[in-house]
Amino acid sequence: MTRDILARLTGSAITTFARLITAVRAIWDGSDPEPVQRVYFANHTSNGDFILIWTVLPPNLRRRTRPVAGADYWLKSPLKTFIGRDVFNAVLIDRDTETRTQDPIKLILDGLDAGASLILFPEGTRNTTDKPLLPFKSGLYNISDARPEVDLVPVWIDNLNDVMPKGKLVPIPLLCTVTFGAPIRVEPGEDRKDFLNRAETALQALAPADDSPAEKATA
Amino acid sequence: MTDTHADFLTLLAGIIGVLIVASGIGYVLKQRVAPDGSNATIENLNARIIAWWGMTAFLAVAFLAGRGGVIALFAFTSFAALREFVTLTTRRASDHWAIACAFFVILPLQYWLIWYEWYGMWSLLIPVYAFLILPIIAVLQGDSRNFLVRISQMQWALMICVFCASHVPALLFLEIPGFEARNVLLIAFLIVVVQLSDVLQYTWGKLFGRHPVAPSLSPSKTWEGLIGGVASATLIGTALFWITPFTPLQAAGMSLVITLAGFFGGLVMSAIKRDRGVKDWGHMIAGHGGFIDRLDSVVFSAPLFFHLTRYYWSLT
Repeated sequence: MTRDILARLTGSAITTFARLITAVRAIWDGSDPEPVQRVYFANHTSNGDFILIWTVLPPNLRRRTRPVAGADYWLKSPLKTFIGRDVFNAVLIDRDTETRTQDPIKLILDGLDAGASLILFPEGTRNTTDKPLLPFKSGLYNISDARPEVDLVPVWIDNLNDVMPKGKLVPIPLLCTVTFGAPIRVEPGEDRKDFLNRAETALQALAPADDSPAEKATA
Repeated sequence: MTDTHADFLTLLAGIIGVLIVASGIGYVLKQRVAPDGSNATIENLNARIIAWWGMTAFLAVAFLAGRGGVIALFAFTSFAALREFVTLTTRRASDHWAIACAFFVILPLQYWLIWYEWYGMWSLLIPVYAFLILPIIAVLQGDSRNFLVRISQMQWALMICVFCASHVPALLFLEIPGFEARNVLLIAFLIVVVQLSDVLQYTWGKLFGRHPVAPSLSPSKTWEGLIGGVASATLIGTALFWITPFTPLQAAGMSLVITLAGFFGGLVMSAIKRDRGVKDWGHMIAGHGGFIDRLDSVVFSAPLFFHLTRYYWSLT
């Protein structure tokens, strides 16, 4: 009970902090904030990515939306475990194929079958390259193939990488946007590669044309 | 109740009266012309009116909370404005610490110095010390690409969003004989006159505007709007002389100076937006622009108003 209240308070503190630093705004461009079950799949450049999505979701959607995150990171310390498990109610998956005891896809499908919406990052790891996206892992296809009735909504997170680059402890305040695109699903008979290409294209199409003023000016 | 409170409440009642009328007009226009929100001019007008309600509410609360409240309000406004400005500047990953320093060291220090009434230091902190220290922090990262562009834009962001904006709360610390404890009314005068000038320029421009002042920068700023808006805002400023230490003639002169500075401020900030390829500075309210969009004129007029008042009226 106390832990539950503490988790709620921590959740509010985290979203307030996220708003203070990024003044984050949601752009619903192709889908609406409706309370239906979905898998939100987003570009991944920063540890704060799912926090930003979580912050802009209306509270009734937020409560039923669980991020899918790496257990290796979130179970490292008691504080991280509290935030990962209690505050965000994350579906924690073991990314290490050698040592893991549970199939990640099964954990994710269990989450969906229990009625939750999910946030996941199909690139599998943080993108630290100059390319807008890394090639998607198969997970997104496997999930949609197993649960074809669930909509997959592409979500582009803009500017957060500059707020909190890898390895920096202090964030810098910059405006961020989170753009939700039109939902996609695996078509009957669609093969893995075609679907993943289509999903990548759908996500990348949401990136603002002038992605980074910093890079524009260097031309 | 003190005189200041009485005058402030009179002024507040006046502003609220004007806002109620404005909101009514905005509502009727919307219902008559485009209830579906398809008329951009009417939507813009209503967005501005909502922003003024917010501004009035925040200012009223801050004024009643005293000096600390006013300083906190403007420190937060500077923070929000700087956040918008830096988002549009040329940055590289190597600027991270310099930018963090601007937000978390320079900005709080500037407002603390104003609170501490150290005029000699707050008026130099950003133009001199930040000007020297931030490029040093940036250069230590060893990245010279676009260096001058990056540090210049950072300095500009601080000058506009923090240094210039902080002159508004600094008005509280002027010592004007016969005007003791009434300084908060100087802030009210500055903001009311400059904001009214904005809306009157806009209204005159919409009604009679034919000849753009700077077509390549801002097609909506016209000579008709400029002259009509500045003249009518100056008249209102003159009529408000009773809340200031100025005579009616002096209030007219001050109003003319700050409304003109406000106009040029808007023009300069339009040029920057155009250069960066954006329509608005931010998204304080979805689709309604940012803090800088509403405050550009105040930011440009505040230092002029502060120094004129300080030079001619203040003992400090």
